[in-house]
Amino acid sequence: MTRRRAVATFLCLPLAASCARHEPGRRRLRFWAVGREGEVAEQMVRQFMREHPHIEVEVQKLPWSAAHEKLLTAFAGETLPDLCQLGNTWVSEFAALNALAPLDEYLSNSRDVALDDYFPGFLEPNRIDRRLYGVPWYIDTRLLYYRRDLLQQAGFNAPPTTWEEWTRMLAAVKEQVGPDRYAVLLPLNEFEPLLVLALQWPTDLLRDGGRWGNFRNADFRRAMEFYNGMFERQWAPRLSSTQISNVWDEFARGFYSFYISGPWNIAEFKRRMPPGLQQAWMTAPMPGPDGPGVSIAGGASLVIFRSSPRKSEAWQLAEYLSRPATQQRFYELTGNMPPRRASWASPVLEDSVYARAFRQQLDAVRSPPKVPEWERIATQMGLAAERVVRSVATIDEALTALDRSVDEILEKRRWMLERS
Amino acid sequence: MPLASRRRIEARSAGERAAWWFIAPALIVLSVFFFLPVLGALLMSLTDYDLYALSDWHNLRFIGLENYVRLLHDPLFWKALGNTVYFVALGVPLSIGVSLGTALLVNARLARWRGLFRTVFFAPVVTTLVAVAVVWRYIFHTRYGFLNYALGGLGIAPIDWMGDPHWAMPAIVILAVWKNFGYNMIILLAALQNIPEEHYEAARIDGASSWQVLRHITLPALRPVMLLVSILTMTGYFQLFAEPYVMTQGGPLQSTLSVLYFMFEEGFKWWNLGRASAVAFLLFVLMFVVTVLQLRLGRERERA
Repeated sequence: MTRRRAVATFLCLPLAASCARHEPGRRRLRFWAVGREGEVAEQMVRQFMREHPHIEVEVQKLPWSAAHEKLLTAFAGETLPDLCQLGNTWVSEFAALNALAPLDEYLSNSRDVALDDYFPGFLEPNRIDRRLYGVPWYIDTRLLYYRRDLLQQAGFNAPPTTWEEWTRMLAAVKEQVGPDRYAVLLPLNEFEPLLVLALQWPTDLLRDGGRWGNFRNADFRRAMEFYNGMFERQWAPRLSSTQISNVWDEFARGFYSFYISGPWNIAEFKRRMPPGLQQAWMTAPMPGPDGPGVSIAGGASLVIFRSSPRKSEAWQLAEYLSRPATQQRFYELTGNMPPRRASWASPVLEDSVYARAFRQQLDAVRSPPKVPEWERIATQMGLAAERVVRSVATIDEALTALDRSVDEILEKRRWMLERS
Repeated sequence: MPLASRRRIEARSAGERAAWWFIAPALIVLSVFFFLPVLGALLMSLTDYDLYALSDWHNLRFIGLENYVRLLHDPLFWKALGNTVYFVALGVPLSIGVSLGTALLVNARLARWRGLFRTVFFAPVVTTLVAVAVVWRYIFHTRYGFLNYALGGLGIAPIDWMGDPHWAMPAIVILAVWKNFGYNMIILLAALQNIPEEHYEAARIDGASSWQVLRHITLPALRPVMLLVSILTMTGYFQLFAEPYVMTQGGPLQSTLSVLYFMFEEGFKWWNLGRASAVAFLLFVLMFVVTVLQLRLGRERERA
């Protein structure tokens, strides 16, 4: 690993040298982007630099697995960039660190970014104490991928819209495929499917302004019972995603017929499903307890760090990246779906049969609690669910323990809130 | 004081001073990059240093030993500790046993292609764990895995290696032993080659069986090296991290969560550096105690 990194550094040296040789009079803007978006960002900013010859954008790519760590380290070492792509559940965390610049003023003077054009559910995670700290860059929500052919064999022509319908379909599919195959895949190391089911009920997951855990309420219990029921009735295999060698292959084999996942998998399924099965799969909005259900308001935002000396240039780049034309091109390059209505008015998006379900879901999303500790709480929630599913604990025991550990995680937050 | 002895003292102190100069660079490097950070971590373990404290020093609370108290009351910490002890108890004897076995085989006079086998057995040590993990994930696969295929040939029902909380740790042990036995094998091989041939000759003349030769000549001669190997292996195995990190991420049901993995999550995932430092010191104390016990045991056996 180290040797490979050394080689990579060595190969990149000439590149770095050429980057460092920047012309006088040009302002250097540092932009950090994560994962695949990082690779595409370089391509995207070229046009921006042609439009703004006095700004030179330096894009740095971070891998998802190390991004959070690297951002916090950069914060501690005061080396944060000017503009950055930030997962929208991290916004509250970096706002709590007082690391983000509020964007309200820029927005009120902006021609390119009109807030009322954005899907409101995706603005919400960026708003902390009534101030906006990030502009949504692309959205991510979870919904159903399903095998149309297997559902048809089980006697259904349309995807489910309610839990009840879904239950009937799951039972019928399971009957059809037998003991070695399943109706739905809910990887035990992913908390998102359970979170979607929980967000479909009105009660909040934390109470008293995010001071205490609220997982013992009747609503969360209903979500948990539904989730656990899918395993108890053998509709879902008790597996984690590291155990499945390849989710796409297994989907093609019919190992499962329903899968809850995000927009990136459209491209993956298109690429990896065998030609004969290309017509056999489809996407559908999440079914809810009684009628179409909500899903998670996920995605990534563009944020400007408070420490940046080039905030107005950073905002110009954020504006450029938020233009409908840029976002459409971004979608073509990455499959990342745009957060604005205007950007959806593109033939590529309108013609994609798989994107349609996402478009529907975008109007029905909800964000998880906006506390900096959320990711840790969600992980605990996933572990509690795993204990129930693997019959190590009853729902009662697991939820009591979950509330206790969440209360402990939030101890510092309570202390901070009381002090201020 | 007679002149001669004073001169001797002066000479000695001059020599001492020179010695200090010689070790000064190493000492400075050690104190800047080791002792100071350790001291810092010790202080940090007495605070609740976290994200909030990172943003503003006023959010830092000095909480004394509370991190330690809370850890000792945290079932997850005990689970991680239990898992680690289980891994060490199962993995260390197995690892040394396999190393010894292969060292004896490679050293056997009848063995051919010794150089080749030495290289083959050592190869896992120098391979990248992340790459190897991909292969092993397939080997352990419940339905397509080679291991279950082989066990099936013996009439054993397929085992859900990575998914069953009871089997995940044994699977990690198998991977760790396979990855590490070559290293100890090389050390033991060197020690085996140092045993004087006369001892074996004498044993043969006395009519000793090969088992007796192993028990009364080879193993006693290996004892000092075995002590070293067991201490090295044990301290290494207590710091289990990479294998579960790449194979199971601590799952299923936290059955492969090790103390170090627990510390990594506390420190670098959740940024509770105070608590993470406390974990580090608890692990240090544990390893220190076990090593001292091992050394004492080894010394007593030597005396006996």
